[in-house]
Amino acid sequence: MKNKSRIFENAVHGIFLILGLITIACVLLITIYLIIAGIPAIKEIGLFKFLFGKTWASTASTPSYGILPFILTSIYGTAGAILLGVPVGFFTAVYLAKLAPPKIKATVQSAVKLLAGIPSVVYGLVGMLILVPAIKNIFGIPDGASLLASVVVLAVMILPSIISVSMTSLEAVPKDYEYASLALGATPVETYFKVSVPAAKSGITASVVLGVGRAIGEAMAVIMVSGNVPNMPSLFQSVRFLTTAVASEMSYSSGLQREALFSIALVLFLFIMLINAALNFFLKRDKER
Amino acid sequence: MKKMILSATSFLMCLAVLEGCGNQDTAGGTVSTDGSTSMEKVIGALGEAFQANNAGISFTYNPTGSGSGITAVSEGRCDIGLSSRKLKDEEKASGLTETALAYDGIALVVNPANGVDDLSLDEVSKIYTGEITNWSELGGDDLEIVLIGREAGSGTRDGFESVTGTEDKCKYRQELTSTGDVITTVAGNENAIGYASLASVKDTVKAVSVNGVYPTEDTIKNGSYAVQRPFVLVTKTDKQLSDTAKKFFDYALSEEAESIIYSAGVVPARE
Repeated sequence: MKNKSRIFENAVHGIFLILGLITIACVLLITIYLIIAGIPAIKEIGLFKFLFGKTWASTASTPSYGILPFILTSIYGTAGAILLGVPVGFFTAVYLAKLAPPKIKATVQSAVKLLAGIPSVVYGLVGMLILVPAIKNIFGIPDGASLLASVVVLAVMILPSIISVSMTSLEAVPKDYEYASLALGATPVETYFKVSVPAAKSGITASVVLGVGRAIGEAMAVIMVSGNVPNMPSLFQSVRFLTTAVASEMSYSSGLQREALFSIALVLFLFIMLINAALNFFLKRDKER
Repeated sequence: MKKMILSATSFLMCLAVLEGCGNQDTAGGTVSTDGSTSMEKVIGALGEAFQANNAGISFTYNPTGSGSGITAVSEGRCDIGLSSRKLKDEEKASGLTETALAYDGIALVVNPANGVDDLSLDEVSKIYTGEITNWSELGGDDLEIVLIGREAGSGTRDGFESVTGTEDKCKYRQELTSTGDVITTVAGNENAIGYASLASVKDTVKAVSVNGVYPTEDTIKNGSYAVQRPFVLVTKTDKQLSDTAKKFFDYALSEEAESIIYSAGVVPARE
């Protein structure tokens, strides 16, 4: 009888192991494929020319494949989204974790969850129909599809991850810290910003990194509001991100153009790996403390 | 019970096989086409339908570009060449025949609030190359022109730029990935001008006439509307097509194929 249950145990272990290995296999498969598919075009174009070339004209009679505009646009767009989104998300998280009455907290929390669940194409659609014309009218420019529009859309999209992760880490700060601070005569708000926030620092940083990851990898919403012209980035100009560069040309591409798109995907993948490494670093530091 | 189900299924399967024999030719053979990448959609749809009607025939399409397609057919490397331009006289003299399959009419669309109704072909190319930047230069309001186009590699973009002679010179403000996006964007911005296949133009935008001719199926067919190009099937004048290739050729020009050609967004050439 005992033997039988051990066999069962082992079988279940085996099944779980296989399921776990499937995930690893997927990651490996994608990584290897991207590297194999992305390297040839870089070799043909030249790494320096590819990464630092300022013009992208993939179907011109003398094509040029420089992705510097895409890289800079992705960096600027993400930085802009962080600049707009982090303050809003951070203060919302502090309010929800420490100050908000339970009823408001519950309402706002479910709204944040809903915000996280909205498909990106819906963000893009609303951006395209409301935000883009609004930017055009407010700033008096001929067309609103621009870096600014993408930044605003991305800022809203990263709010949920910033709010929920920061909130969790703020709530995990031991109450004793706060009681000690209050007992020494600090006001509640002083306590939250001078004791709780520093204690939850690495969690909050992790939330920002998570936001960066979300913003840099977003394609669908951005493709609908950014205009997609490979210009060097400028706030009111139409721009193209790394993600949208792959998405917009993939369907009709061929030959070197298609290979170059894979190379862009590889560059994007490296960016995301860097961000993941940063995230792991912050989370690990959090655990060690 | 099981036996009954089994015999019923096998009976049905027999029927299916018999029916298959009745309707379809199982002749076999191949049709190879080679050429224009812009024709991918229409030729792909035709090839698929043709294969569905003729089991056993394999249909191939090699998207190489009009020039390569014409060379391929003259060298006998494919049955039918595909070209999205008319044959030049010297190409005809070298022993090739063109048969128009369809016309790809590209409408220029502006916002309904825009006062401009007519543009000359020359004005269109000047607008898209950035020589004309304000609607007031064309008799409209004093507004900057916003150029909406399609992404690199799109057949519509290729067609538009080759007809207007603006290849690689267009100063786009937005490069969108679908016709629907172009229409939506132009409908939402009174400064905008865009281009789209005639078939997908909707009421939310206004198509302008070019050189005084408004784009309709008729004006595209009779050639009076300028922003259009033919999709032609290129064959050898002195050499007979193989039976299978001839069958596809006839099918592509048949009444049956018309709806397929329409659904690919172009106007069938058949009278």
